[in-house]
Amino acid sequence: MESTNLSPITLSRLVSLYETHRQQLVACDTPRLAGLRDRAFQSFASLGFPDTKQEGWRHTDLKESLARLYDYPLDPLKETDIQKVFQCNIPHLDTAILGQLNGWYVSRDVPLMELGNGMIMGSLSEARKKYPELVEKYYGRAADDTTDAFTALNTAFVRDGVFVYVPAGVKSPRPVQMINVIHHKSNLLIQSRNLIILGENARLSLVHCDDSYNHQGSFSNIVTEIFAGENAFLDHYKLQNLNNNSTLISSTFFRLDKAAGLESHYISLNGGLLRNNIRVVFDGTHGRADLFGLYLMDKKQHVDNQIYVDHAFPECTSTEVFKGILDENARGVFNGHVLVRRNAVKTDARQSNKNMLLTDSARVNSKPFLEIYNDDVKCSHGSSVGQLDSMAMFYLRQRGISEESARMLLMFAFANEVVAKIAIPELRGRIEDMVKKRLQGELQICEQCVLHCSTPEKNINQ
Amino acid sequence: MESDSNNILHEVTKQEYKYGFVTDIDTEFAPRGLTEDTIRFISAKKNEPEFMLEFRLKAFRHWLTMKQPDWAHLTIEPIDFQDIIYYAAPKKKKELSGLDQVDPELLATFNKLGISLEEQKKLAGVAVDAVIDSVSVKTTFSETLSKYGIIFCSFSEAVQKHPDLVKQYMGSVVPYSDNFFAALNSAVFSDGSFCFIPKGVRCPVDLSTYFRINAANTGQFERTLIVAEEGAYVSYMEGCTAPQRDENQLHAAIVEIVALKDAEVKYSTVQNWYPGDKEGKGGIYNFVTKRGICKGSNAKISWTQVETGSAITWKYPSCILLGDNSIGEFYSVAVTNNHQQADTGTKMQHLGKNTRSTIISKGISAGKSNNSYRGLVRIAKNAVNSRNYSQCDSLLLGSACGAHTFPYIQVENKSSIVEHEATTSKISEDQLFYCQQRGIDMESAIGLIVNGYAKEVLRQLPMEFAVEAQKLLSISLEGSVG
Repeated sequence: MESTNLSPITLSRLVSLYETHRQQLVACDTPRLAGLRDRAFQSFASLGFPDTKQEGWRHTDLKESLARLYDYPLDPLKETDIQKVFQCNIPHLDTAILGQLNGWYVSRDVPLMELGNGMIMGSLSEARKKYPELVEKYYGRAADDTTDAFTALNTAFVRDGVFVYVPAGVKSPRPVQMINVIHHKSNLLIQSRNLIILGENARLSLVHCDDSYNHQGSFSNIVTEIFAGENAFLDHYKLQNLNNNSTLISSTFFRLDKAAGLESHYISLNGGLLRNNIRVVFDGTHGRADLFGLYLMDKKQHVDNQIYVDHAFPECTSTEVFKGILDENARGVFNGHVLVRRNAVKTDARQSNKNMLLTDSARVNSKPFLEIYNDDVKCSHGSSVGQLDSMAMFYLRQRGISEESARMLLMFAFANEVVAKIAIPELRGRIEDMVKKRLQGELQICEQCVLHCSTPEKNINQ
Repeated sequence: MESDSNNILHEVTKQEYKYGFVTDIDTEFAPRGLTEDTIRFISAKKNEPEFMLEFRLKAFRHWLTMKQPDWAHLTIEPIDFQDIIYYAAPKKKKELSGLDQVDPELLATFNKLGISLEEQKKLAGVAVDAVIDSVSVKTTFSETLSKYGIIFCSFSEAVQKHPDLVKQYMGSVVPYSDNFFAALNSAVFSDGSFCFIPKGVRCPVDLSTYFRINAANTGQFERTLIVAEEGAYVSYMEGCTAPQRDENQLHAAIVEIVALKDAEVKYSTVQNWYPGDKEGKGGIYNFVTKRGICKGSNAKISWTQVETGSAITWKYPSCILLGDNSIGEFYSVAVTNNHQQADTGTKMQHLGKNTRSTIISKGISAGKSNNSYRGLVRIAKNAVNSRNYSQCDSLLLGSACGAHTFPYIQVENKSSIVEHEATTSKISEDQLFYCQQRGIDMESAIGLIVNGYAKEVLRQLPMEFAVEAQKLLSISLEGSVG
């Protein structure tokens, strides 16, 4: 398929694109997946792009992002030196790296890795061919493509993404790192889809990075479906460090089976417009989901975290702790929704959103929302917007610490509540370092991928 | 204990609405339905000046372009706006000059409601404006108040006697285009209370309005306007009841409060409209727009509400804090039982510097009811050093009810502090156990705990209301624990 011309993202463009290229899109699909595509396309066509009149999009206006001119190739581009792009790494962190360039899995000749312990990792399109039954069983079962326009759009057009399967009882020996790099000569529209499956009692640490390689703009619509089987545990990290011309709509759908555990960390350091849709559904009793988020935004950056936790079964626990520091003209949106259903007794749900505004032009919209249909629950939420504690500031100042250092110290302490939850020591060190740099205004998107343009302050293993 | 509490729950749900009687009063109606003619009829009936009719017609034409909003967490049966009688008034024989000339049926009605116009005048030192269906029947005390320059009368009277004031302030806080029900009210409102406190006057008595829906198939659309000039103070109370009927009745009122520099207005209401029967049949739809503006610096508006009635309550008493250093307060207890629904809360719009607001909301849901708190705190860019503290707790009694919290927080400058916290839980078993092992029976223990839970709000009420509110609370809830 040829690359389409540069044009804004509009409903009519996508509709005609789908109609002309439908045969190619469904070429490798099973009948169910093809049906899924068509249905999703229909619901996208009727939903259209969301506008600020819709409750969920009141504070996030996509008009400007959609109006830019984007290239939308339906096939991978073959122009970049892959080795050069994937220099990114975290010092001393040994991970299995799954690279994606512009949404396509970068195979380096092995599209699907099969490890000795039964783990399968690699390209989703390849997994569809090789393990149709496994993919069939999970694909599209968690994502909501009837009411969410971007998920529907993704389901209709998606061609590739990352596939990770951890079989029952297997503990992944090292963290799996998904790196999604955007690198192109013109603005790009990207749609990719990831499917992560953890069998019973499986354990996995998953580090999911979104990075841009240069200052070229992009519009990414990424959908990730994650299934955790009975008693499985997933340690999930989402690190976002994109340039200011990027728009990222990242929708992650978690399904947690009986007694499954999830610890998720959303760290947003840079990005033009970031929207994280996080949906957690408990599919069994005694599940646990701890969601942590940290966003440090400046310039005209915009971050929007939409979290939905569905307590459909009794005795599950969920925690949300989202903290943000907003500088210059940045805008932060938090929308937490906890639904406790009629039968979900002994639910324990907590929400917290704390924001710090550093300028008069930064803005925060926070809506921690509880919907409860049961009396045997413990639910609470808290939200605050404020500044550095003047008493704490005074304390530090009278100990002879300069105002600038005291500010840094307090801001870092504020952010550290989230950073300290990171369970992988190397990654924690790295994020601490990046947060410090970010707060000092030193961390920027430079000519190279950010992950290796800044030198770490300390070596963890020394 | 489980079966005990179930019994008690059962008992509680059997509690009847004791204000559900109908009075046989000779009533005059407007023709059913709503057209420009209906509006002309109402306006003509009230002998209104031209500007009022124009205001009504403008509102009506705007209303025609609007659709009933559906964003609230409520299930509302479709309302046929053409099947409502928009004007109902007890027939007057002649102009009233004293209380003895009020229709004895009417007086008896208010006595039965515990609002003895005469007695209250003498004993409690409260000025009462009694509104039945669409019109104000009697305002007590107004002669005494006029000595201070205070105007407290029915809205219709104000239109006749003080058209300039009405023209100046009506619609200045809630414009006719504000929302669907405000537009409807602006088009068809029939009466209400008007209250004006001149500069520097501290109103010596509490002012009170009592609303009563009596006639069937009618909607009640009243409008209250309270203006406190520079340095003035007033405490205003509102109460309401309605007869027990099978069909739903619409109550769409507007309350506007204007507080100028250094003025303070304290608005308290105990809302006890008929909530419908145990199966959720009938009851009042209470869709009210209440808003106050602190126009000058250091002004203060305080809303206190106890919501126990209505099939559906949908209202957000709000404050626009325009003047520097102005203060907005909102204290609310909302109780829902059986099939009642409530979506209520407040809006605090901080526009001036150093403005402060406090929100304390206590929701109690029992039976199969749904109780939502929805609140907005917005700190505009220029509202530097502003402060908000919100606390909205929900108490769930029984496993079939729902409690929801929708707080919206918008902050646009760096020097303001906004804090919001909320909890949702049932009555603590520890507390119950503690009370019971001290020899306090289950029912009293729950009453004690619920009262303690709502105390923060109840103590904001004027004394007369606090007593009524506590009684209401115990009627609605005593003993209900699941």
